[in-house]
Amino acid sequence: MHKLVIVVLMLWGDHGQTALEGAHVCIINATALGTEILKSLVLPSIGAFTIVDGKKVTSEDIGAKYVLMKKSCTTDNFNVAIVYLLNSFFLETDSVGKSRAQVATQMLLELNSDVRGDYIDEEPDQILYNSPDFFNSFTVVVATCLAEKSLVLLSQKLWELNIPLIVCRTIGFIAYMRIQVKEHMVIETHPDNEIPDLRLDKPFETLKKHVDSVNLDALSFKDHSHVPYLIVLYKFLEKWILSKGELPKSYKEKNQLKQMIREGMRRDENDISNSEENFEEAVKAVNTCVGCTEIPENVTNVLNDDQCINLTAKVLEKSTVVASSSFWIIAKAVKDFVENEGGGLLPLKGTLPDMTADTEKYITLQQIYHKQAIADAEAVWRRTLQLLRQLGKSSDSIPERDVKLFCRHALNIHVARGTCIADEYDSKIFDASNIGIVKSLKSTRLKLLQNFRNIKHHVHILQCLENPESMMIYYVVLRGVEKFQTEYNSYPGEFDDQVEPDIVKLKTCITKLLNEWGCGPLIKDDYVHEFCRFGGAELHSVSAFLGGLAAQEVIKFVTNQYKPVHNTFIYDAVTSNSGTFFF
Amino acid sequence: MMSSDHMHRRWSNLRKVLERSGPFCRPDFEPSTETLQFLLDNCKILVIGAGGLGCELLKDLGLMGFRQIHVIDMDTIELSNLNRQFLFRHKDIGSSKAEVAAKFINTKIPGCNVISHCCKIQDKTEDFYRQFHIVICGLDSIIARRWINGMLLSLLVYEDGELDRSSVIPMIDGGTEGFKGNVRVILPGLTACIECTLDLYPPQVTYPLCTIANTPRLPEHCIEYVKVIQWPKENPFEYAIDGDDPQHINWIYEKSIERAAQFGIQGLTYRLVQGVVKNIIPAVASTNAVIAAACATEAFKLASSCSASLNNYMVLNDIDGIYTYTYEAEKKEDCVACSQVPKEIEIYSPKFKLNDLIELLCEKPDLQMKNPGLTAYINGKNKTLYMQTVASIEERTRENLTKTLVELGLRNGSEINVADITTPSAIVLKLKFVYCNSDM
Repeated sequence: MHKLVIVVLMLWGDHGQTALEGAHVCIINATALGTEILKSLVLPSIGAFTIVDGKKVTSEDIGAKYVLMKKSCTTDNFNVAIVYLLNSFFLETDSVGKSRAQVATQMLLELNSDVRGDYIDEEPDQILYNSPDFFNSFTVVVATCLAEKSLVLLSQKLWELNIPLIVCRTIGFIAYMRIQVKEHMVIETHPDNEIPDLRLDKPFETLKKHVDSVNLDALSFKDHSHVPYLIVLYKFLEKWILSKGELPKSYKEKNQLKQMIREGMRRDENDISNSEENFEEAVKAVNTCVGCTEIPENVTNVLNDDQCINLTAKVLEKSTVVASSSFWIIAKAVKDFVENEGGGLLPLKGTLPDMTADTEKYITLQQIYHKQAIADAEAVWRRTLQLLRQLGKSSDSIPERDVKLFCRHALNIHVARGTCIADEYDSKIFDASNIGIVKSLKSTRLKLLQNFRNIKHHVHILQCLENPESMMIYYVVLRGVEKFQTEYNSYPGEFDDQVEPDIVKLKTCITKLLNEWGCGPLIKDDYVHEFCRFGGAELHSVSAFLGGLAAQEVIKFVTNQYKPVHNTFIYDAVTSNSGTFFF
Repeated sequence: MMSSDHMHRRWSNLRKVLERSGPFCRPDFEPSTETLQFLLDNCKILVIGAGGLGCELLKDLGLMGFRQIHVIDMDTIELSNLNRQFLFRHKDIGSSKAEVAAKFINTKIPGCNVISHCCKIQDKTEDFYRQFHIVICGLDSIIARRWINGMLLSLLVYEDGELDRSSVIPMIDGGTEGFKGNVRVILPGLTACIECTLDLYPPQVTYPLCTIANTPRLPEHCIEYVKVIQWPKENPFEYAIDGDDPQHINWIYEKSIERAAQFGIQGLTYRLVQGVVKNIIPAVASTNAVIAAACATEAFKLASSCSASLNNYMVLNDIDGIYTYTYEAEKKEDCVACSQVPKEIEIYSPKFKLNDLIELLCEKPDLQMKNPGLTAYINGKNKTLYMQTVASIEERTRENLTKTLVELGLRNGSEINVADITTPSAIVLKLKFVYCNSDM
């Protein structure tokens, strides 16, 4: 096992793998998309899965060598036997007539004997009606190809249970994924470009003492070039602040500091400045490591959250109040630390980047940071214990290692609050003016990229639609297609002789929706035509694309690592562009 | 024989996008039943690599209507492959990846005809590569990518300086690392090739020997020390290091622990030793699935011309939400592989030795050669300046390394032919001496 999963352990660690192996995922509908998602979960050893699917693998022709199955993406009373073939890799020749859930389960289990899998040969609606507690025990539920009515019911149920729901759908070249989760907290977000937590401007006692004990001018030639750049930077920053009174802020000031450091390099006997690698590194580090150490806004928001300030102890029966989770208790302990021992700062991360230095000097410095981080984490741990006592919880209800983990990643903790999918389908609640664009990216726009990613303000659907490059149009048309399915029990353009009339019908569906949302009709019919051309076709490669991404989102929820999509993702395989929206 | 009725239904999904026109189709696309027939019967695709990406690619292509598929991979199946290379089972360990993958697909997807080649890409000739309509790479080796790129470029036919478009074989390239990946479409000779954008690949992390030997700071430094210095010296098993042999890993682990303890370095684990020794890149089934699927979509669009191709580079990162970014990588005017213009190498000093030149060829971000062999036409004779790969020639030419370029008879404007494992055919470099004569 150890060896089998080493490549993924590098991504989410042993604790992530343990969480994955303890997870139980429910997949509704064993479509190509559904089985692709499961494949990417079974391979890295998810604990267990359950497939819910009431459809049978069917064949119009018993002698056929191919897997035929009844189209599943429509409501129960859909009785035209449309067959579609071989879109899923996990159904076989001799499976005709068997339960689709059963066959897919068997095939997927073949991939990994460590995984448990079972299936329910029923439609989700039936299950919701007959055994409403069925979904209670799942870690995550994923639904593919679910009809509007079932989706709303399922979404309400899982919202109530606070179980993450991932809804996926592909039609033609378009892929859509919506994530529903009430509240999701991530400690290990694994940011791409992490800024080291060095505290050069606000050194802790032991760091200050250590650096003060180093006199650069008194060092031998060899030692001078083997001082870790952190100390070099510290010294020059100290000098800077002494003369200017504050940290270098502007680009110009930072360049001046860089110049100071360059001039600090030792010169050899020919008075040619020697290229000291540690000084070069110090110059490079000016941009990333010289800044005011403070608590980032996103972390401040978490520490000031109601859930953090007002911890709740016990839950009364039938009360809607939920007892505070470990995350919020530790967050409160960190907040208390910040306001007391921390002197306004978070617990120290305690890790150093590698830097040119001799072993002894580097290890000494590393130890100083490491020890301070341990001391800070211990202080937070003591505060956690105190809070647990106040809440009447046992002291072992939060393990010390969880507190340490939280402290190590305190700079990057993340809390996301979502919305219920069912609300999007309730025109009374769904307010089109509240649809915000988080990201909507178009190629060759590198400069706008950063701006786009930061844009959080809300933009009207209408405004989105006025932008010909917005992926929002796909959301609108997909909603239209769902409405069409509900009304006509088929996909627009599903039958070759109905493409033209369906264009008119789909347009009407979309106009109705836009009216409900207070928006005018679509200006161009292009997208309506395109979806009627697709006729509900599921292209395997588009489903495989979304399947991999959806599996990844499941892993994020299960391991509680990395930030999930917040909360709607749309992909266009024609242009290879994608966008993220928040509904 | 399958009846036309079955054909009709089996591919009903594909038929909708191939037999109907749409507002976003390529202008030259004509809906027709012939397109599907072409995919099924004629379109020949080569998949390079039957690993994490390759397995996904074969499945995706098979389910997108491609049936004339070749796959090439020299590797055999290892236990550690099974968590993402889903066409392999425990019983297949030790067998050829290409062979097992082909057999699996042919059994699972009726009508699919995957032909396997268990060999190096370098073992195949131009005639082999010329038969394909599209080549898709699912490789983790940059050298192999560069070689294939060079091969497809060498198949281009130019008439009076004009590229004969029918000689262009599109190359689709996918790559993954952890939760990140990229897909690109290359039309050799027309759009940016692998060498045009070589600086996108960061040079491999290597630790300076003096750090490893004298000032180790990280557990990785200790492991490298044992690997590079202690192993050859003590030669504990009288073999080269085999990353799959637990005894070997264990030996390195124990020696590294000793060295780490000696320097007070913490955090050395067995797993880290494995990672460093085998140079393991984190890989996960989901990212492979996503990137392979995007490659298959591009193959489908190219083969059917139903929609425009990815233009021409997409990166994916799903660490923070899901983020994709698509842009057009630009063709380099003086690309060493695809430009038809000899690349100029500027020489700044008369003291520049052959050794310096070789070092430059290996280190320049846009060349990144591995073990270049150099020949030049000097005084009417073709002369081998240096060649590392053949022992007898290496011995004979070694003395040239310490000679300056001028001493070797090379002048401003001299052309040097360079052979390297990164390219199937030699490339031409033109020397440009940019120092003043007074320097001499």
